[in-house]
Amino acid sequence: MEKIAVLVEHRQNEVRDITFEMLGKAHQLLEGGGEVIALFLGDVSQKGLLDQITPHAHRTVAYLDSNLKDFEPLRYQAAFTNIFENVDCQLILMGQTAFGMDFAPAIAAKWKIPFTTDVVDIEASEELHAIRQMYSGKVNAKVSLKPGEKMLCTVRAGAFPAEDIPTVSGELQEITGAIEGDFSARTFVEYLEAAVGDVDITQADIIVSVGRGIKDADNIPIAQELADALGGVVACSRPVADKKWLPKERQVGTSGKTVKPKVYIALGISGAFQHQAGMKGANTIIAVNKDPKAPIFSIAHYGIVDDLFKVVPALTEKVKELRG
Amino acid sequence: MDIIVCIKRVPETAEADLVIDGSKKAIDTDGLVFSINEWDNYAVEAAIQLKEAEGGTITVISVGPEENNEVLRRALAMGADEALRLTDPAFEGSDAYAMAKILAAAIKDIPHDLILTGVQADDDGFGAVGVALAQMLELPYAALVTDIKKEGDTLTVHRELEGGLEEVDTLKLPALLTIQTGINEPRYVSIMGIRRVAKKEIGAKGVADLGLSEEEVGLKGSLSQIEELFFPPVGEGAEIIEGTMDEKAEALVKILKERGGIG
Repeated sequence: MEKIAVLVEHRQNEVRDITFEMLGKAHQLLEGGGEVIALFLGDVSQKGLLDQITPHAHRTVAYLDSNLKDFEPLRYQAAFTNIFENVDCQLILMGQTAFGMDFAPAIAAKWKIPFTTDVVDIEASEELHAIRQMYSGKVNAKVSLKPGEKMLCTVRAGAFPAEDIPTVSGELQEITGAIEGDFSARTFVEYLEAAVGDVDITQADIIVSVGRGIKDADNIPIAQELADALGGVVACSRPVADKKWLPKERQVGTSGKTVKPKVYIALGISGAFQHQAGMKGANTIIAVNKDPKAPIFSIAHYGIVDDLFKVVPALTEKVKELRG
Repeated sequence: MDIIVCIKRVPETAEADLVIDGSKKAIDTDGLVFSINEWDNYAVEAAIQLKEAEGGTITVISVGPEENNEVLRRALAMGADEALRLTDPAFEGSDAYAMAKILAAAIKDIPHDLILTGVQADDDGFGAVGVALAQMLELPYAALVTDIKKEGDTLTVHRELEGGLEEVDTLKLPALLTIQTGINEPRYVSIMGIRRVAKKEIGAKGVADLGLSEEEVGLKGSLSQIEELFFPPVGEGAEIIEGTMDEKAEALVKILKERGGIG
């Protein structure tokens, strides 16, 4: 493999971490040889963002147009066509993110580019193999792509480090000029910031977090009682917020909050990677789960393989005793 | 408004002990319980709510063997009007791209204003079929949808971004949306409800009925294939606390005290 292109991801005037994670992986795959190409679609006013990109790519191709400020897939696709037809590369990397999931499969389908999604590793010795997870992270799959002029992988956020990306002297190639076409079939309107709730879990030192294993909204007080005894707050994983057992602003994970408490107690949380992304920075992680193979135990410091409905009341009792 | 919902039947694996089968390319599904893919259940509910407000019909489509009629009937019991199963030995090994081709071939013959799929499936987790399908049908689309409002022939949708942020977009019908979990509260399906639709005929179409060739589907028609499944390497992992319940609770209190977990 000689040339790898990375589609830069940015939002609200910030380059997102996934960009650097992909650039780092691209450099690693090329082992110092070859060419890492950063592809940037954006508005002229966002040109400043390129200063963060160009040092880490041998070449940065930027399509600058006032209509590319916010992501609109039809317009982005038209802009990407120009890049696609003029940039020679064997592999394109995009994020398996809200942006990439809304863009990459359409690009792949349009040009019949061999692709796979949500990869956690890429091996490119003679043939390209992608490693991706199935069955909620319980099984890994080694996937081969049909040989093609170009191939495309979307990369899981957090799969590769965003730090210590090689610095190279890169050139910037700008493409300007209006994108032709009618793109009114889907238009961006605005961003909606997350609702502010009564409790800000990102500020808590102690978090008691509940997952699918809590089984019912009526059981939330069991966790609340433990949190009260510990002087902490109750948070949750996605299924609990989806079922409206707790408000969305209590959700920890990729699409919710990122927390770094002193202690994080995960009750009945299997530990999908999206959840782990939001809590792996906690100083101490304690997991209670009936399933000894739950992925949460691979990230927790301490674990109890047992029924949370037995463990939590016993623990709450002990804490209350201690506090007199 | 006529809506098509694509649904998948998947094994429940969250608490199951999985075994990789002899081919090393699939898991052994014997003994696993199958159900409708969670995302798709939300998509069916979203379709029903739109139908309740706007009128029209709902057709549910699933690719797979006769067992898939279970999830199709479940969707009929929830409120869908028609169900179609796409099945052929040639479909075996289809990746997200081939799956989208199969669905596209079926959908082009069914009148529709809106197509809904789940964001992803719980088993292979591609998160790609819906958007690839929209591209093949040349429809405007939005992925990761958490809210839908319809006014005339325009939809206003919310998309879930990272960190609690959402995005508002407008789309012109006909369109395709991939539905995120939590968008609604899917209705309960009673045994009586399933019984009521037990006699409903569910059509089945194969590769020839869809006007496709065997080369366009399955492994041959795919852009990627599984070479091998393996279990993720296990990290250092947690220190597991053993003992009686009292001993476990005692040990936890000690850890909490040491680690600042009692505020």
